[in-house]
Amino acid sequence: MKQEYLKYIRDNVFPTAFCPGCGHGILLNAFVSALGELDYDQDNLVLVSGIGCGGWIASPHMNTDTLHTTHGRAIPFAIGVKLANPKLKVVVISGDGDLTTIGGNHLIHAARRRIPITVICGNNNIYGMTGGQASATTPVGAKTMTTPLGNDYRPFDLVKLVKGAGGEHVYRYTAFHAMQMKKAFKDVLQKDDFSFFDILTGCPVQYGRRNELREPAKMIQWMKDNSVLYSGEYHDDKIMVGKF
Amino acid sequence: MPIEKKKTHLKAGKYFMQGDEACAEGAVAAGCTFFAGYPITPASEIMETIVRRFEEEKRVFVQMEDEIASMGAIVGASWTGAKSMTATSGPGFSLKMENLGYAIMTETPCVVVDVQRVGPSTGQATRTAQGDLMQARWGTHGEHTIIALSPWSVEEAFYETVRAFNLAEEFRTPVIILMEEATGHLRETVAVREAIEIFNRVEEGNGAPFGGEEPLDAVPPMPRFGTGHRLLVTGSTHDPHGYRKTQDRVTQERLLSHLQQKIEYHKERIVQWEEYELDDAETVLISFGFAARAALKAVKDARKKGIKAGLMRLKTVWPMPTERFETLAAQAKTLIVPEMNFGQLRGEVQRFTGGKKVIGVNRADGEVITPESILRAVEGGTSL
Amino acid sequence: MGYKVIIRENWCKGCYICLSVCPKNVFEKAGLLDDRGIIVSKAVRPENCIGCQMCADHCPDLAITVEKEDE
Repeated sequence: MKQEYLKYIRDNVFPTAFCPGCGHGILLNAFVSALGELDYDQDNLVLVSGIGCGGWIASPHMNTDTLHTTHGRAIPFAIGVKLANPKLKVVVISGDGDLTTIGGNHLIHAARRRIPITVICGNNNIYGMTGGQASATTPVGAKTMTTPLGNDYRPFDLVKLVKGAGGEHVYRYTAFHAMQMKKAFKDVLQKDDFSFFDILTGCPVQYGRRNELREPAKMIQWMKDNSVLYSGEYHDDKIMVGKF
Repeated sequence: MPIEKKKTHLKAGKYFMQGDEACAEGAVAAGCTFFAGYPITPASEIMETIVRRFEEEKRVFVQMEDEIASMGAIVGASWTGAKSMTATSGPGFSLKMENLGYAIMTETPCVVVDVQRVGPSTGQATRTAQGDLMQARWGTHGEHTIIALSPWSVEEAFYETVRAFNLAEEFRTPVIILMEEATGHLRETVAVREAIEIFNRVEEGNGAPFGGEEPLDAVPPMPRFGTGHRLLVTGSTHDPHGYRKTQDRVTQERLLSHLQQKIEYHKERIVQWEEYELDDAETVLISFGFAARAALKAVKDARKKGIKAGLMRLKTVWPMPTERFETLAAQAKTLIVPEMNFGQLRGEVQRFTGGKKVIGVNRADGEVITPESILRAVEGGTSL
Repeated sequence: MGYKVIIRENWCKGCYICLSVCPKNVFEKAGLLDDRGIIVSKAVRPENCIGCQMCADHCPDLAITVEKEDE
């Protein structure tokens, strides 16, 4: 993080409230760096979030207009902002429990309508703030507070979900792919289209400790080892990353 | 000055229209530029009228995927400086409650119309009721204060909608318009004036963008997004600059006091009612909305029979003119509250009568309450 | 030409992702707890730094800046 990019954050709220090694922080880092590298107008940017750890990525850390809304409803608020003032760049940054579980209906409809907002899902496969319960993106077999013997139900593949609903400019990266993530953020920040990011952030504390990924460095390594760059062929048993 | 005299989009004159249409026309006249909605009987005609008008006027209409989303969208739009609105009926009103609370907490001006139908649940979609009076007051969780208006005619649906926008802007709060299906679908004459007075929110001013600073009852300025204020808007407990303070009791107490005082300390600007033949009344009726139409007829019929009856009709249902309830209770021999529910207003009035019993005339079968049933109560002093 | 590795130590939470992503073994854990009770990361071999920014880009706490040393 270059010193001059710190103008995009409120340094009075640092250090963040996130746990050590939280991938949401890496997402925040990439987003701030993208703004910095573009010398982006921070006063024309509105960041909208919902409830949970993911909802805190933008609010209060980002030094822009921020709208920290109700659980699952960030997208409708963002649509209100964007349609009422189309000149603003509106970016939703929130978590998987928020955007895809309680708020999944809004996500598919935003994708269907291709409302020109960017939606970034900090997907750590779990409800972190409330103590580690299963979400709609918790993998089969994963142990959580509410699935102590392993999760029985299939998770959403968010790339397929959003694309299936009609969304374009769909990306997935992990916290390991900080640089690629930053570059993709830069691409969409310069456009006025719908775009969606499934960012696997990883939660060492609530997810990792129950699933043998307690060490942040180990989780980052696991992401690196299990991801494959998408080049036309989609493997369901891998973390497909890139643009889809 | 935040108050502006503005020509209405309609030529001055008389119009024959539906209550739902009048509500929509009132919104357009008040300067509503953003409407998000979802289809529901008996409120859809508001949205339909808005769609027509907004196309002509190049304003923003969006049909959202559900009632929750439409409430969220109008709050988002409001932060860009737009006057925004949504309209619904009981089942949708229930779904709006969480984001209504968000609008209260974040001091976001907006207007929410509830054209009441029979409940609970799906109930009877095309039938009329007044069962949402308490939901308007207490539907969203947590201690809070709300403004709700109750037009009793099609003409008032027009002007009370204008007033709802003005109050929302002046006090930075959501304002509820509580109509009934009976008014929403009624067709009557509306006399539209040449110009109306509208209030525009104060965007720039001294002080932080949220309440909690002294004086606690002052409405803070509300800058809009995209103007360099780098606003922190949150539904969590926050200090006057928007920083979350979710463990601090002083911040919570000051914020709550502010949200209450900015409305309760300024009731004289908000609370309106009308009085009919109350000067010498021994039998005092207190009613609101469509039920008050029948109550007025009952008062007139009672007067013809030599009974000294009078009516207090609430235009603002929340907050209530409780001081007037007290003086009327002292004056009256009999207090009667006619309403299309099982006694939601009666319970409120009862709290301010010094123990004098309030008689209810109630109907909740989907039909409008009749003057005859009210007159029987006036004559007999019974509740049936 | 070398690089300066600046760590805003009061923002560091000791996750050590920087240790794991650095290809040149620049970082080590501090020897002692700081006054918050955290063993922070230290750039103990800055002379090894090649300026790849892996540490800065992966720091969840935005605590690392890598700058070119002035000539």
